[in-house]
Amino acid sequence: MDYFLELFLGGLTRGSIYALIALGYTMVYGIIQLINFAHGEIYMIGAFVALIVAGILTIYGFAGISVLVLAAIAAIIWACAYGYTLEKIAYRPLRGAPRLSPLISAIGMSIFLQNYVLLAQTSDFLPFPNLIPDFEFMEPVAHIIGSPELVILITTFVTMILLTLLIKKTKVGKAMRATQQDMSMARLVGINVDRIISLTFIIGSALAAIGGVLVASYIGQVNFYIGFLAGVKAFTAAVLGGIGSIPGAVLGGLVLGWTESFAAGYVSSDYEDVFAFGLLVLILILRPAGILGKARKQKV
Amino acid sequence: MAEKHKLLEVKGLTMDFGGLRAVDSVSLEVHEGEIAALIGPNGAGKTTFFNCVTGIYNPTKGDILLHPKGLPTRRLNGLKPNKVTEMGLARTFQNIRLFSDMTVLENVMIGRHCRTSAGIFRSIIRDKSVRREEQEIVESSYQLLKKVGLAEFANEFAKNLPYGAQRRLEIARAMATEPFLLLLDEPAAGMNPQETAELDQLICRISEEERIAILLIEHDMKLVMNISNPIYVMEYGKKIAEGSPQEIKDNPKVIEAYLGEETEEDA
Amino acid sequence: MLKDFKQSILISIWFVFLTFPLMAVRVNTTEQMVEWRWMTILWVAIGSFVLSYAWRYFLAKKQLKKKDDEEGGKHSKLQLLMEDMNFRYKAMGVLLVLALVFPLVFDTYQNTIMISALIYVVLGLGLNISVGLAGLLDLGYVAFFAVGAYSYALLNYHFDLGFWTILPVGGILGCLFGVVLGFPILRLRGDYLAIVTLGFGMIIKVVLENWSSFSFGPSGIANIDKPGLFGMDMNIDSSTIYIYYIMIALVVFTILITNRLKNSRIGRAWIALREDEIACVAMGIDMARTKLSAYALGAFWAGMVGVLFAAKTTFINPASFTFMESAIILSIVVLGGMGSILGVILGAFILILLPEYLRAFSEYRMLAFGAAMVLMMIFRPQGIISGIRTKYEYKELKEETDNG
Ligand SMILES: Nc1ncnc2c1ncn2[C@@H]1O[C@H](COP(=O)(O)OP(=O)(O)O)[C@@H](O)[C@H]1O
Ligand SMILES: [Mg+2]
Repeated sequence: MDYFLELFLGGLTRGSIYALIALGYTMVYGIIQLINFAHGEIYMIGAFVALIVAGILTIYGFAGISVLVLAAIAAIIWACAYGYTLEKIAYRPLRGAPRLSPLISAIGMSIFLQNYVLLAQTSDFLPFPNLIPDFEFMEPVAHIIGSPELVILITTFVTMILLTLLIKKTKVGKAMRATQQDMSMARLVGINVDRIISLTFIIGSALAAIGGVLVASYIGQVNFYIGFLAGVKAFTAAVLGGIGSIPGAVLGGLVLGWTESFAAGYVSSDYEDVFAFGLLVLILILRPAGILGKARKQKV
Repeated sequence: MAEKHKLLEVKGLTMDFGGLRAVDSVSLEVHEGEIAALIGPNGAGKTTFFNCVTGIYNPTKGDILLHPKGLPTRRLNGLKPNKVTEMGLARTFQNIRLFSDMTVLENVMIGRHCRTSAGIFRSIIRDKSVRREEQEIVESSYQLLKKVGLAEFANEFAKNLPYGAQRRLEIARAMATEPFLLLLDEPAAGMNPQETAELDQLICRISEEERIAILLIEHDMKLVMNISNPIYVMEYGKKIAEGSPQEIKDNPKVIEAYLGEETEEDA
Repeated sequence: MLKDFKQSILISIWFVFLTFPLMAVRVNTTEQMVEWRWMTILWVAIGSFVLSYAWRYFLAKKQLKKKDDEEGGKHSKLQLLMEDMNFRYKAMGVLLVLALVFPLVFDTYQNTIMISALIYVVLGLGLNISVGLAGLLDLGYVAFFAVGAYSYALLNYHFDLGFWTILPVGGILGCLFGVVLGFPILRLRGDYLAIVTLGFGMIIKVVLENWSSFSFGPSGIANIDKPGLFGMDMNIDSSTIYIYYIMIALVVFTILITNRLKNSRIGRAWIALREDEIACVAMGIDMARTKLSAYALGAFWAGMVGVLFAAKTTFINPASFTFMESAIILSIVVLGGMGSILGVILGAFILILLPEYLRAFSEYRMLAFGAAMVLMMIFRPQGIISGIRTKYEYKELKEETDNG
């Protein structure tokens, strides 16, 4: 039973990270119908910036949770800046271009950013400082769930609540929902659509950066390539839940996390990725709209 | 007058989008030699009706029956669009959907696809029969371009044509599939009066010379009243009237719903 | 002027900020050292300043060109030259002769490089069928390449079957894989298709890595036979030359066939599908079948050239079949010109040979590929050479020109 619980919580942790990244995909896709292939790279850059800032701070004598918080803030700031710039350079000039053009541009950006980090930093795995302390109150359940997992779960939970509030309750959120429904209509009623799109990228990037910092301090190492697989997995989660749907992204993330965790625990960890992609293929074939997505007919 | 052969028979067609009923039990018939028209205000569900008939959407309820001459009746519900086209029912689109990076001639040649047969292996070997077929495709497509008055643009890119010409190219492309019934979705939209008049003639010519029955959606009342009979009127997804142009003009429901002052001016 | 200058300064500052943590700092946590690299930041500042000018210039030029196109459309000189049939035949003749004498002039090292460029030419032409012509973005194309390579390696290892027997078998197996994988997924919309094919590419790699009893795992398969020629013994040099000529033949074969297909009823249907799926089905084209044929045919070439790859390297392992390979092949197609055979060939030579000969530059190769993909999409989506439209001859036209 403990083993099951451990896998369950492991899957939950993993899944909540996927969900964080998946939200960025889903929000962007909802508005401009683009798979932002470079989203995983934003996550990776977030982790890298956190590593660098944390490194500088520890070398200059800071320690403990304050380092984590400062590093996370820096990661968010720079990830947002990258997300914003990415949209401006690689996607905005391609509005109205054939559908594959921005997608290819996105793939190009993904490759570019990976190699940019590789050249600017290193191709090695860098050790990420262990910033999350072991809480004493976690002692009795430590064999099932550790302190880092707890921090991840709480952070993602809070982040998602905040995001929901932002989208449901604020004026900006309303404008985002309007733009997602019908871009030209939103423009007609005076919403600055370009601004909303930029904002969507920024919010998505912030979420990815949070995910990046959490994963990096959990796994303990960072490398230029971590964004790729995480990105593809998170996209799988987004599709699984129904792309364009925010609760869908969360649900999809969790389902994917559990699938991987249980498959690795009970079958074989070698084929973890095969299960993830198998799930994706299956969902797309059987229910292309995803678990929570609505099948939308294309207007002709 | 002998009873004309019934080509298309739609019974109680209904199409829902989520909660929205875009087409609500509409029935309609098109007979041989007719130019029928489907009119109604924007959003009435006319295009959706076309999409259901041509297999782009699968209707929620109702029957779409095709009675090709000399062949057994076929129910079109749930058939793929290409099957519907193969059966002899072709269409144009309200929002022009040409293959914009192909030439004008090639656009029409695509229409010949379902009437020709060369597969991968024969295309690779390219024997005599394939070459002959290719030449036939080119010639017949060119003839169609001449018919719609676009021959001089044959080697232009479709996207470089003026708007009115693009609409005519859509008609030529649809005719290349050898239909016996042609569905035209707002063929005159965006045309100036002169172009509209030419289109008017073109549609009549297609009907008479090619013996193709036509069902058209149109906003231009003058065009509709000039050439079509019968006329069906839709509003909010429902059919509210049908009949000859005169009957439609005099129908109070139609006047209220749609025509309003316009008919009085015309009359 | 001043406005541009101000904007460029702002952009430059923005990029300095953006790249600062990654470009200026390098921390070494084990030795507790921070390395500050101020010079790189200076370069970023200058570089982004200059590039912002170029960016504006090209964007403005693109806008102008768009207008031009709408008013009738002009073609670049290169494009016009390429459309001149006479020139094309002559050029092809010259190229073929050059290709044939190449190994007689250059050494084995050069030949090996050329062979790999030619392999990418075939891969590019194959992928061009699905991506360039039919518009099916396939991000797992390398999987079919792997199928071909492993079929030769395994059949050669277990049954001692020779290169020439397996060459068509590899192609057919690739094709079969294409059909089996493509059948369920080709209904998907373009971007979903891209992700699923990416997934397939990864699954195949994971399986090859882990299913050791079948594929010998990450250590791969060594001592694969080179292609034989009537049982002759060949040293490295002559066998390289032999493979080179096989490769040339394969390229010519590929060009002939893809060219025929492109200008056929099937090829037109592929292009129409790329342009507008809904109009395409409404014109009576069977979408599933047309897509499947493009996808499977693309896979055929990958499978076939995979066999040759295994025979050339005599050693394969899963590391040769990563997503990066798929990305390289894709950028060949994108850069060269989607749908254009000549463009793809040119693209393959540029992308494979340039980093090979500019060794100093080769570190930056993937960086440049990525940037090129973005820039091409924005400034020249049709690629270096766009697909050339066939001019069809109809009777009327001939009569007109005869009279006039
Ligand atoms: N694919 C679709 N999904 C949802 N609603 C649709 C779709 N297509 C059409 N509609 C709705 O159906 C109604 C009828 O539209 P349409 O058939 O295009 O009208 P018309 O052609 O008469 O102007 C409109 O309210 C439109 O918004
Ligand atoms: Mg309409």
